Amino acid sequence: MIQVENLSKSFTLHNQGGTVIPVMEGAAFDVAAGECVGLIGASGAGKSTLMRMLYGNYLAASGHIRIGGVDVATAEPREILGLRRETLGYVSQFLRVVPRVSTLDVVAEPLLRTGHALDAAQARARDLLARLNIPERLWGLSPTTFSGGEQQRVNIARGFAYDYPALLLDEPTASLDATNREVVLTLIEDAKARGAAIVGIFHDEAARDRVCDRVIDAAAFTPRSSA
Amino acid sequence: MTPLLQVEGVAKFYGARVGCTDVSFDLYPGEVMGIVGESGSGKSTLLNCLAGHLTPDAGAVRFDTKTDGLRDTVTMREPERRMLGRTDWAFVHQHARDGLRMNVSAGGNVGERLMAVGARHYGSIRDTATDWLGRVEINADRIDDRPTAFSGGMQQRLQIARNLVTGPRLVFMDEPTGGLDVSVQARLLDLLRGLVREMGLSAIIVTHDLAVVRLLADRLMVMKDGHVVETGLTDQVLDDPQHAYTQLLVSSVLQV
Repeated sequence: MIQVENLSKSFTLHNQGGTVIPVMEGAAFDVAAGECVGLIGASGAGKSTLMRMLYGNYLAASGHIRIGGVDVATAEPREILGLRRETLGYVSQFLRVVPRVSTLDVVAEPLLRTGHALDAAQARARDLLARLNIPERLWGLSPTTFSGGEQQRVNIARGFAYDYPALLLDEPTASLDATNREVVLTLIEDAKARGAAIVGIFHDEAARDRVCDRVIDAAAFTPRSSA
Repeated sequence: MTPLLQVEGVAKFYGARVGCTDVSFDLYPGEVMGIVGESGSGKSTLLNCLAGHLTPDAGAVRFDTKTDGLRDTVTMREPERRMLGRTDWAFVHQHARDGLRMNVSAGGNVGERLMAVGARHYGSIRDTATDWLGRVEINADRIDDRPTAFSGGMQQRLQIARNLVTGPRLVFMDEPTGGLDVSVQARLLDLLRGLVREMGLSAIIVTHDLAVVRLLADRLMVMKDGHVVETGLTDQVLDDPQHAYTQLLVSSVLQV
């Protein structure tokens, strides 16, 4: 489902003397449908950079990232937008939403964008919010004023609302209590069972051991010169 | 899929000075593109060239017309271009008073555009106007008030209603949230996003506010001194800018 080939990345800081920082070299791995792969490595090893490149958020310097028939490394913006709508979901650590939009609508949006009916989308959103223990009285409010943990759970509900064939999870269990952590791990297991290919960063080792089929050390892709 | 708008090598010069030059891109149905850059970078000049308000000195602006497919709007006859401006296109000005008739009632402002495309039944025009005022969150009891009696944010929403009432397919926006305070901006952004999705609109938004494009635009074009220096997915350009100028622009935003 996800195929990464000879991927490299460097940052050029034009306004700081043109410093070039190579951050990744020769990254290559595959993730099959129904498989969950954990990215490991110390801070700065390039786990988040890799995730962002998979999502098309960071531009690849060279190499290929094939997800569902699209090469993210070379695709037009329009193709990446289509991929993100239909195929590739991303649960980031930060919730970014338009102010004033209700939590229920935020969660239902990925379903509406893929042509699901409003009532079905909202029913799914309600179910997820309830499972993630977001009190019903908050559903009509914008999540911008929520606590960190609540925002994180809204983000997860949104990421799992639509059944993406491929999912990227950036610390999905961070800042969650034991009950909610369990709910999230079950969601991940359900997604695997329906055949989703998942790449995740989990600092929570117990969670990683439970859901990941194998791990990839991002440090293996760190260029020698900067290591 | 046919692009809704196909721009090729557009240039506009003011004497020896460059307004904008060598601009090319395709915009597909349902896409929202942001154009950012500092004052004087040529973004408004470009928008006006695209919308037919200025005649470019070079290049083609092809629009996918309902009847004849892609047509170059630069070489099109003036009446045809004006018809597009009333039907398939909409233009939201930064200053609502440039896009509204200030001495005509709110309902009249919305109804006028309907009449320009042939609506004649007073009752149904008024009903449509009332419906649209509601959609942009203006109370129905303000329908007979003139925009001069409206706040800046209300005027801007009225301008949007006037523009969208005829169901355009492409909306040009020049700093739509400029000069509004942040709470009003948020409300307007929410409204615009909802309308864009419901109506399947394509839009080109010129702004210098990076937060606005992040929330509204799928794609971004960065301009400097009349040239396009960078294009790409909005979040990619903002999070991993490649060009020196874009890096400066992104790193200059003040954190709240």
